[in-house]
Amino acid sequence: MRYHTPSTFEDAARLAAEASGITRFLAGGTDVLVQMRAGAVIPDDLIDLKKIPGVSEIAQTEEGGWRIGIAVPGARLGAHAGLCADWPGVVEGMELVGSTQVQGRATLTGNLCNGSPAADSVPGLVAAGATVEISGPSGLRSAPVEDIPAGPGKTTLQPGEVISAILLPPRGTAGGDAYQRFIPRTEMDIAVVGCAISLTLDGNSIASARVALGAVAPTVLLVPEAAAAITGTTLDDDALAALTTAVEAACTPISDKRGTAEFRTEVAGVLARRVAKIAYARAKGAEA
Amino acid sequence: MSKIHVTTTVNGDQVEFLADPRESLLDCLRDRLGLTGSKEGCGTGDCGACSVRLDGTLVCSCLVLGVEAEGKTVETIEGMANGNELHPLQRKFVEHAALQCGFCTPGILVAAKALLEQNDNPTETEIRYWLAGNLCRCTGYDKIVRAVMDAAAELRGEAA
Ligand SMILES: Cc1cc2nc3c(=O)[nH]c(=O)nc-3n(C[C@H](O)[C@H](O)[C@H](O)COP(=O)(O)OP(=O)(O)OC[C@H]3O[C@@H](n4cnc5c(N)ncnc54)[C@H](O)[C@@H]3O)c2cc1C
Ligand code: FES
Ligand code: FES
Repeated sequence: MRYHTPSTFEDAARLAAEASGITRFLAGGTDVLVQMRAGAVIPDDLIDLKKIPGVSEIAQTEEGGWRIGIAVPGARLGAHAGLCADWPGVVEGMELVGSTQVQGRATLTGNLCNGSPAADSVPGLVAAGATVEISGPSGLRSAPVEDIPAGPGKTTLQPGEVISAILLPPRGTAGGDAYQRFIPRTEMDIAVVGCAISLTLDGNSIASARVALGAVAPTVLLVPEAAAAITGTTLDDDALAALTTAVEAACTPISDKRGTAEFRTEVAGVLARRVAKIAYARAKGAEA
Repeated sequence: MSKIHVTTTVNGDQVEFLADPRESLLDCLRDRLGLTGSKEGCGTGDCGACSVRLDGTLVCSCLVLGVEAEGKTVETIEGMANGNELHPLQRKFVEHAALQCGFCTPGILVAAKALLEQNDNPTETEIRYWLAGNLCRCTGYDKIVRAVMDAAAELRGEAA
């Protein structure tokens, strides 16, 4: 295994483009090292991105959104007051990842690029309308987060492409988001179902919404039908019932030791109702 | 496989070692530097027996590569006592019998010290969540949590 420590994303992309064998980027390493240890993936080239200047920074963008460096670990997101105030749902998704020790290392970008359908931070990013900046052989491009996962363990990133930042849009006034997952215990487990919702209000009525589901399909899903079910409503009982129907219809889960397909589908509806209420309350000014 | 030369600071001392790039920091600490206090329970981030601080941040040393320690500071259990004088956490673990086989103890002590440095008066719930990534198979967690609370009280200058 060759270990590289490029000092620019251009160099990182070039190293990846030139590599012919198994290539991995190293952010927090909490997936990469586990896979190496298990013998599942032993990279020929491992490209450590943490020496690139700026990768550990969280910065406000000119438009009032946030630019999150690809090496910012979960614990740092949780400690950032401004980010927690704007996007509590994104932060709470990432904070569910692993233990205190894992939080010291694990990143949003690694969670996204590992490609797990149950990745806890991804529904929150999708609901928030986050985008990624991608450096590649032909320069920079950007893509919505929901376009990155391609199936379990797979992404749509092309050889030689590396994510160079995650961008959250401005929250604006009267907006709120939330994420919850179902696991059979309170800590340290993989989501059976996850759901994130971000919405904005016009008075008491929902002006816009984005609903994302985890662990109920081969990738994290954005469900526009579920968003449409609550848009224009005050999240009354009819709206919650329509949300449940739309969410359940979007689920195509597998049955495994964590839960049957029927169970996952039902829990997705339950979580969507709970998460919608929290996001609504936060948009009304409730503290996260 | 060519080895990489690593210079890092461990418990305040500058050290050097040669590491295979696939080797974990845990293996480097134990096998290259002879610091066998950090333990390997799982090697996959689940048990916390390998807990160390890397530039102050609590991490699993089994999930860090040795080569990543270049230019950083590492704190392990070996740096906790001051000579023969135990750290209050270590003393309270002995007093409360918060260990049996002791395999999990170095990791729990390193993790608990990191908690008390950022929160000198944690609740029982805060301690249990903070230590959720530190597994103990023999003692049971009650004595461990009580020892941490008692050490925190002593460090705050309260008689427990
Ligand atoms: C004990 C334990 C508990 C865990 N619990 C959870 C949990 O509850 N929920 C959950 O979702 N996950 C969990 N995980 C999995 C893991 O911690 C997360 O997926 C984490 O967010 C991965 O981030 P990382 O920075 O460590 O990624 P790394 O391991 O560094 O990288 C992961 C993948 O992303 C790619 N990658 C990294 N950076 C980039 C980049 N900039 N551009 C392109 N590709 C990139 C790498 O090539 C690799 O394939 C757990 C892991 C452990 C060890
Ligand atoms: S050995 Fe590192 S967490 Fe178990
Ligand atoms: S004392 Fe044996 S594992 Fe904790």
